[in-house]
Amino acid sequence: MSRRFDAGYYISEGVHSIFTHGFMSFAAVCMIVACLIIMGSFTLLAVNLDSMLGDLESENEMVAYIDDSLTQEQARALQSTLAAVDNVSQLTFVAKEAALEDFKSKRQEIADVLNDLPNDAFQDRYRVHVVDIEKMAQTKEALEAVEGVSDVRAAIEIANGFVLVRNIATGVALALVGVLLVVSLFIIANTIKLATFYRREEIAIMKMCGATDGFIEWPFVVEGMILGLTGALIAFFAQWGLYQAVAKFAIQGNGLSLVTIISYQSISGTILAVFCAVGAFIGVGGSLVAIRKFLQV
Amino acid sequence: MIRFIDVFKEYDNGTKALKGVNMRIDDGEFVFLVGPSGSGKSTLIKLITAEIAPSDGRVMVNGFNLNSISPRQVPHMRRTLGVIFQDFRLIEKKTVYENLAFAMRAVGASNRELRRRIPYVLQLVGLDQKGDRYPGEISGGEQQRVAIARALVNNPSMIIADEPTGNLDPQRSLEIMMLLERINELGTTVLVVTHEKNLVNRFTKRVVAIENGRIISDETGGYYNVEKI
Repeated sequence: MSRRFDAGYYISEGVHSIFTHGFMSFAAVCMIVACLIIMGSFTLLAVNLDSMLGDLESENEMVAYIDDSLTQEQARALQSTLAAVDNVSQLTFVAKEAALEDFKSKRQEIADVLNDLPNDAFQDRYRVHVVDIEKMAQTKEALEAVEGVSDVRAAIEIANGFVLVRNIATGVALALVGVLLVVSLFIIANTIKLATFYRREEIAIMKMCGATDGFIEWPFVVEGMILGLTGALIAFFAQWGLYQAVAKFAIQGNGLSLVTIISYQSISGTILAVFCAVGAFIGVGGSLVAIRKFLQV
Repeated sequence: MIRFIDVFKEYDNGTKALKGVNMRIDDGEFVFLVGPSGSGKSTLIKLITAEIAPSDGRVMVNGFNLNSISPRQVPHMRRTLGVIFQDFRLIEKKTVYENLAFAMRAVGASNRELRRRIPYVLQLVGLDQKGDRYPGEISGGEQQRVAIARALVNNPSMIIADEPTGNLDPQRSLEIMMLLERINELGTTVLVVTHEKNLVNRFTKRVVAIENGRIISDETGGYYNVEKI
């Protein structure tokens, strides 16, 4: 009798086993769903936090003051030089008159005093947005080195605060995802190990008949993959509902519009792909870990 | 063919199960392996089926050197053997036919091979009318026949029966032993591990007696010959 890869047999056995051990299959799928939702929730929290911090980053601007000795035309001409500075993403020229008007509008309570100010009381300036706020200090130095720039003001400490918060949030999310992945694998392995335990006699018989480890493992791989993908699909839709509910709650209590929520639809493709990959990984990985012990006959 | 050359087996807990066993079983032979509990019978069977490795000495089974066999080769070696257990080890939720098909599938047999081989083997063991029954629906003797059919279904060159009549009454035990004798007459080597003296004495076969890890007798005749030694 020739040895061959009988995909039909493996799939049929894998599917058959899911229904034969219905309760254990149900338990395994529930575990995968729970693990994926927990991991997904933390990841989505981190993604939203990162997005919010990104928004705050983009609002964190520097101001480059132009030397009073330069005319407004000369100040405007500096734009290309300043734009060429590394890490500069956006430049907005603000003439000294516009800066004064802006200042007055924000200080209505001392309007009488401000009205006496001459038109050239303020300097021409550029509002500068950066690509990466982690490099804000270097960018500030580079802007200060440009001839015609008298001073640069930047809230470097605030920027560093943002960076620290983002790094901590990302680190915590990554660590949680890593830990949960290991925990999920362990739980799934144990769940499937229970299912495998019921079939240890079958495995022992197959081994005694001369079945190869691969032949015995394949139906379990198929079973693990189907359970993993089923869990991933259920988790994807459950996560969707949960996310929408939390997002609705967050938006309702967000009077100051400080919180921006990424729409689930915009990242659903990525979430589905990641859930399927993780589900299949923990399903197949758990199966293989579980069956390994019973193959040692 | 089986060859044991000065084989020792010591387990991790220090138990010395075999102490220099030399034995040769040629193709086509019918051999009883007898001995009291703890004598080393099970260790000897486990060495033949490559469940364990010898601590020292050489073991050859059907052309495979089990001292140097790779894990990949073990399944191929096992396909040359058919193993029968005292507790039958049938899959309860599969029918008689499915139990046999399961064993054939395990070695990659096609559906056509299943359809051709299984009815023949069921007829050989006298169960051609019971293919659709579940193990729970047939008697102990019939269950052991199914186990024999499963051992035979992949056409091994050797059958190893480990206490095959341990759970059966004397009449059913005799029937099983006669069936094994018939299988042997068809050309398959048979090694039966047992401690049932009366049963062994009903057949004039080669009897290898093992005690305390050593072969103490190896001759054609009954179990009582061994006792005299």
